[in-house]
Amino acid sequence: MTVQRLLEKTGLTAVALPEGDREVTGVYIGDLLSWVMGRAASGDAWITIMSNQNIVAVATLADTACIILAEGVQPDEGVTQLALDKGINLLCSPHSAYETALLLRDAL
Amino acid sequence: MSDVLSFRFNVDGEDFTSAGQASVQVKKDLRRLGLDPEIIRRVSIAMYEGEINMVIHAGGGQAEVQVAEDAITIILEDKGPGIADIEQAMQAGFSTAPDAVRSLGFGAGMGLPNMKRYTDYMDIQSTVGVGTRVTMRVDIPQ
Repeated sequence: MTVQRLLEKTGLTAVALPEGDREVTGVYIGDLLSWVMGRAASGDAWITIMSNQNIVAVATLADTACIILAEGVQPDEGVTQLALDKGINLLCSPHSAYETALLLRDAL
Repeated sequence: MSDVLSFRFNVDGEDFTSAGQASVQVKKDLRRLGLDPEIIRRVSIAMYEGEINMVIHAGGGQAEVQVAEDAITIILEDKGPGIADIEQAMQAGFSTAPDAVRSLGFGAGMGLPNMKRYTDYMDIQSTVGVGTRVTMRVDIPQ
């Protein structure tokens, strides 16, 4: 399923959607960035509460399909623009990481 | 072995938030060369972890990536404080990163283990008070 379609099915909002046709093939939840780079798979939707610039680099290198900021967290200043520049889909969820994951499980 | 393509980068030790620029650039360059995405992923993550280490601990340094037909080699060199006990530093979860770095999501003690995990060969040469040189290699299946 594409990130665009995921948005439609879950009601999550996108603050940056430069690659909406990217396929989501799994889900990973984590806030420790090295842990994410060690464990997340290419194509995963990555759920986190980390909102600083480094998440864009991590998503780029780990090749995740999108970042989903859970718990109503908003990206730090400049992060949205950076995500657009680097071609990273950045989504926001008002729900907890767990509830967001359940939404994704039902949608995928 | 045929021609080796080489990329060099200065890793800025001042700006933690922009760390990763060299790795992201390498990822782009390797993509342009048409390399396998999984190989690119391993190389760029291993390099990013090394880059972050140089920013956190050594005030920056130099990175070089050599692309040959059968392997990609990453060499990271800094003039930081050095690593007193490499075996301890290699242990998952061991970290000397300051709290400010941890609050950004790094410093979990997974950097060096990730570098080892994603590469086929890794060597650390370090002298306390002089600096550290990390060499990593990712083989390209023929």
